[in-house]
Formats: sequence, C-alpha cells, structure tokens
Amino acid sequence: MNRIDRRFAELDAQGRVALVPYVTAGHPHPDFSVDILHAAVEAGADLVELGMPFSDVMADGPVIQNACARALEHGTGLDHVLDMVRSFRQKDEQTPLILMGYLNPIERRGAERFAADAAEAGVDAILVVDCPADEADELKRLLASKGLHQIFLVAPTTTESRLDHAARLAGGFVYYVSIKGVTGAASLDVTSLAPMVEKVRDRTRLPVAVGFGIRGPEQAAAVAQTADAVVIGSALVDRLDSCDSKEAAVKEVRDYLAPVREAMDNVASSRMKKAAV
Amino acid sequence: MAKTASTLDFSPALPDRSGHFGIFGGRFVSETLMPALEELDQAWRRYLADADFMAEFDRDLAHFVGRPSPLYLAENLTRQVGGAQIILKREDLNHTGAHKINNTVGQGLLARAMGKKRVIAETGAGQHGVASATVAARLGMECVVYMGAEDVRRQSINVFRMKLLGAEVVAVEAGSRTLKDALNEAMRDWTTNVDDTFYILGTVAGPHPYPAMVRDFNAVVGREARAQMIEQYGRLPKALVACVGGGSNAIGLFHPFIEDRDVDMYGVEAAGRGLSGEEHAASLCAGRVGVLHGSRTYLLDDEAGQIRHTHSVSAGLDYPGVGPEHAWLKDSGRAQYVGITDEEAMKAFHALTRSEGIMPALETAHAIAYGMKLAAELPSDELVLINLSGRGDKDINTVAEVEGITF
Repeated sequence: MNRIDRRFAELDAQGRVALVPYVTAGHPHPDFSVDILHAAVEAGADLVELGMPFSDVMADGPVIQNACARALEHGTGLDHVLDMVRSFRQKDEQTPLILMGYLNPIERRGAERFAADAAEAGVDAILVVDCPADEADELKRLLASKGLHQIFLVAPTTTESRLDHAARLAGGFVYYVSIKGVTGAASLDVTSLAPMVEKVRDRTRLPVAVGFGIRGPEQAAAVAQTADAVVIGSALVDRLDSCDSKEAAVKEVRDYLAPVREAMDNVASSRMKKAAV
Repeated sequence: MAKTASTLDFSPALPDRSGHFGIFGGRFVSETLMPALEELDQAWRRYLADADFMAEFDRDLAHFVGRPSPLYLAENLTRQVGGAQIILKREDLNHTGAHKINNTVGQGLLARAMGKKRVIAETGAGQHGVASATVAARLGMECVVYMGAEDVRRQSINVFRMKLLGAEVVAVEAGSRTLKDALNEAMRDWTTNVDDTFYILGTVAGPHPYPAMVRDFNAVVGREARAQMIEQYGRLPKALVACVGGGSNAIGLFHPFIEDRDVDMYGVEAAGRGLSGEEHAASLCAGRVGVLHGSRTYLLDDEAGQIRHTHSVSAGLDYPGVGPEHAWLKDSGRAQYVGITDEEAMKAFHALTRSEGIMPALETAHAIAYGMKLAAELPSDELVLINLSGRGDKDINTVAEVEGITF
C-alpha cells in the first residue's frame, strides 16, 4: 500500500487533518534539506512535499522562484533531490513524501527512468505543476507501474468536466488550489473555500488537500475546517530563506509549524465532536 | 479598398483538436489556466468563422496596419550578392514597424469580443509590446507589458513608445532577464487575473491555442506574398527565408506555402557567438525536445533539464524555445533551420541599409544574412523571398554599442 493511502487512513481513524509542509530541495542550502524534512515531521507534519528546483517556475510566486534560483545556484539537480529522499528514508520509513516540480527535468531524465528512480528512492507521489490531466496519460501510467501516485491540481476555475477527468486520474489525494493565482499569493478567502471543497468531494473519494496562499496557524485552522489536508509552502520557505545554518533552519521549521499543528488539532477535535453528534 | 487575403483558407489540418502538431505542442500549464485556454480556443474558432469579425479584422489590416505590404525587388543587394534575385516582403512598412501588429490587431479584436477589459503581453525586442500597447490604446483597454530587465535596457526606445501609448511596462528581474522570463511573468499575471484579463501572446509558442491562433493572424503575410509573387513574377519563389525566435513571422510567411512542395523554406535562428558554444539561441539547430512555456517543442536546456540562458545580439531572437509548429516542420523535413551569428547579422544589417536604404531590425538581419548566402549559391533566374519582418530604428543603440560608438 502506498504510504499516502495508509497515512490518510490513519488520519481518518484519528479524526485529524493532515499538515503538509512544502520545502524546496536545496533551499536555503542542500546540506540542510534532509534535516529540514525531519524537523517538519517532528513538528507535526503528516506528509511532506519536496520541490524539485526548476529554472522557469511559471506557476510559482516570488518566494518559490527565489528558492528555486538559490537551490539551482547550489547545483541542486534531480540526482541530489533523490539522494535527499534516500537519506530521509534511512531514518523515516513512514512519512509519505511527494515530489513537486515541472515536467522538463523529468522528461530530460526520461519519465520511465524517473519513475523507477523516484520509487526506488522512497518517493510516494509526484505533482507536476505543468502537466494537467489532459497531457498526463503516459506519465500517469509510468508512475503507476512503479506504485507512485500522480497528484493533480484542481483550481477555482476548474470546470465540472475537467474535475471529473482529474478525479479519474488522481491518486493519493486531490490538491485544491485555494486561489486564482500563483503560489504564495495572499488573497485566500477562507469563507468561499467550503463550497468548492465540497464540489471536489462530490466527485472523488480521495482526500482533498488545500494549498497556495495559506499562512500561519489561524488560516491553517480555518482551512482545516473543510479540508483533509492543509499545505503550507511559501510562508515556510520564506522563513527558511534567511537561515544560514542547519540549526537555524531546523529551529525555524519547528517554530513555524508547531503552532500551526496545534491550531489545526483544535479544529480537528471540534470536527470530530460535530461528526459524533 | 485594397483587398487583403485574410479570409482565405483558415482551416489547416494541424494542430489537432487538443493542440498537437504530431508530438509537439499541447497544453502544459497549471490547472488554473486550463479553463481559460479552453475558453480562448472556443472563442478563436468561433470568431474565425464569423464573417463580421473577419471583415473587421480585414478592414483594420487594410486601414490601420496599412496592408497589403509591398514586395520589393532588392536590385542593388542582388547585384552585390551575384546570384538569385532577392525579393523582400516589406512587413517593416506596417504600422508600428513589424509583422507583430497583424497578430495584436487580431487578438485585440478577440479580447474585445470576449468582453475583456485588460490585456497583458510579454515582449523581447519590444515590437510585440509596442504593437500590443498600440491596439490597447485604440480599443481603450488597460495594458501591461512584461519585459526582461536586460531587454528594457537594450530596447529603451521601444519602452518609451509603450509608455507613450499608455501601457505600463514591468521590468522582469528574474532568471536571464530576457524574453523567457517576461513570458513566465505574463503567465503568472494571467493566472492571477484570469477572469478579466486577455493575454496577447506575441509568438507562435505557448500553450494551445496560441501557436495556431498567432499563426492564423500572421498568415496574411504568406497569403499576400504568394498572391503577389504570382501576380508580379508569374511564379512562386525558389525559397522562403525568415528569422525564427519564437517563430511568428516565419510561420506567417511559410504556412500558406506548405503545400507548394517546390518552395524551399529556411528558418534562420540566432547562432549568437557560434553554435559550437552555448552563447546562442538556436533551439531547432542545437536543442532537443522538451517542455517549456506550455508546449512540447525543441528547446535549449542543460543535462538536468534546466532551461539555459541564451544569447543573441537581437532581443527578439534571444529565446530558448520555439513554436511547436516549427518543431513539426523541422522533423517532417518540410522546412530547414539554419543559424546566423551576431557578426553575420551585423554585416547584413549594414549591407541592406547601405545598398537599399532599408534598415532592418537585428532579428530580420539574420534572415537577410542567410538569404544573401542562399542567393549567392543559386543561379540568377531564381527568386529568393525574404520576410523583412521589422525595421531597425529600435536597434540603433545596440548597433552603436556593438560597434563602440557613443552618442
């Protein structure tokens, strides 16, 4: 069983909402990345998302653009990213790990080889931002043959027929983009979120994660009212940007995520009570 | 009224419904944009078949752009080269000075028909930015143009023109600070403002329907040229020559000739400081197949799949990808793609300026350079048609800088 499916089954049984932090591999320094991942898990992350740096991150805002540029300056390529995953897996066999990135570096390696390498390293799913369901048949097949899920984005603009298509191909969870915009934009409207998440839920039995533009305990808690998973990316990456040592980065991750975790758990317990009534 | 040929033959076989030219093209963008691309695709198909819309497009091409543009026999240059006769399709005489206006007039009308109040554009040399700002001014729309900071520096005249036209010019500091980064930023803007904004993409690259739509709006160049060749010379040329960055002027010229199998087609890429090194922008000559800016095409990347920084003396060719239809024409063998260095382009710039009194854009100078080489190898009864895609006024600062002249 894929670690993601197992993890969401556990969370469901516990009535908890998943916290999914995103960090860019190699940012702020490649030597910090594995410890950053472990720190995230210790601070309460249920799944972790690791960004594969790319030179032209068309769907990302300034924070992740900068993180990718810095990671690339340190020479963080796909081989390094997979090494980080292997290293992470030496101490953590349980936490699901998702690689997020763009198609060209994957195609340059060859999608088939990429799928095999990622599975061998201990990756559980891939999210390719510039590979919508329409173009995904081949990649989806190759990933599935190695037991990897492909995560698809669903946006506020997504039509019902597109939603059906993505839901058919999706594995692991469906990732609802909470805003019309790039990652890290600050215009999340929590109140309009619930009906959209319900619309997605009507069409898939997979858990629904929400991300893009969520920052801080308060927003995370608000999103946790409706979502099965809350993705925190740019807000965390932004804080890591100024860390000049492994220790500082680890501390920053803990300090940022621990209160988020706590706020989300309070919501989850109230959701449980509601469900019980 | 001069008759333009834009309503003829607008239904080519490719791309297919999902926007593919063989393995090339497609729609590789974030989900947020996919519905907008579907909406645009539907609107484009609908209005191409709408007689009133196309009549207005034709009227604007005739009276606002100044079409048809003439064919000009470059007798002095021909004599100097000593080979085939060199004929120029004078897109430099269009309003705003390049072929780019054909497409922006079309997309501007489409934006209005779709009820959009705000247009955005990316630009390299600034010609597309100026053409977009021009159309936005006329249609009373807000216009934001994204331009790499390096290009803002080397194309300062065009930046000022855009501002005079009322556009906001945003200098993009990311990455290589050139056209590819401007395109990324325009896509981000569109992703954020997708409800009220129309993205006027300037070349035959990007996600479907842009490669096909921009081609269709520019194909007036080739249709006119084909008719003019028959009318003025009684035959089609031996070869077509056009420069290729993203490839819009080349596709505009080539497309109506695709079925004319005896007409050779040459796309001229920027070989910069030479194809053996990395300082060039020749994705078809020296690149490989990958995915960039929403389509599968030839591109320049490193072993890890990161997009490479490119170099060309001409900002408009300084781009690491190319339109997917060119990738298709290359692989199918229908068109040949060649490289011209900065130095060769500069020589051709001067040669045309001094022999004919026509100052070409530095992008266009690449086509002139290859056209001269080609003509030299052909007998004098052959005809070579070069797309003179833009005028060179915008480039005088660059030419001076390259040649160490200060004003």
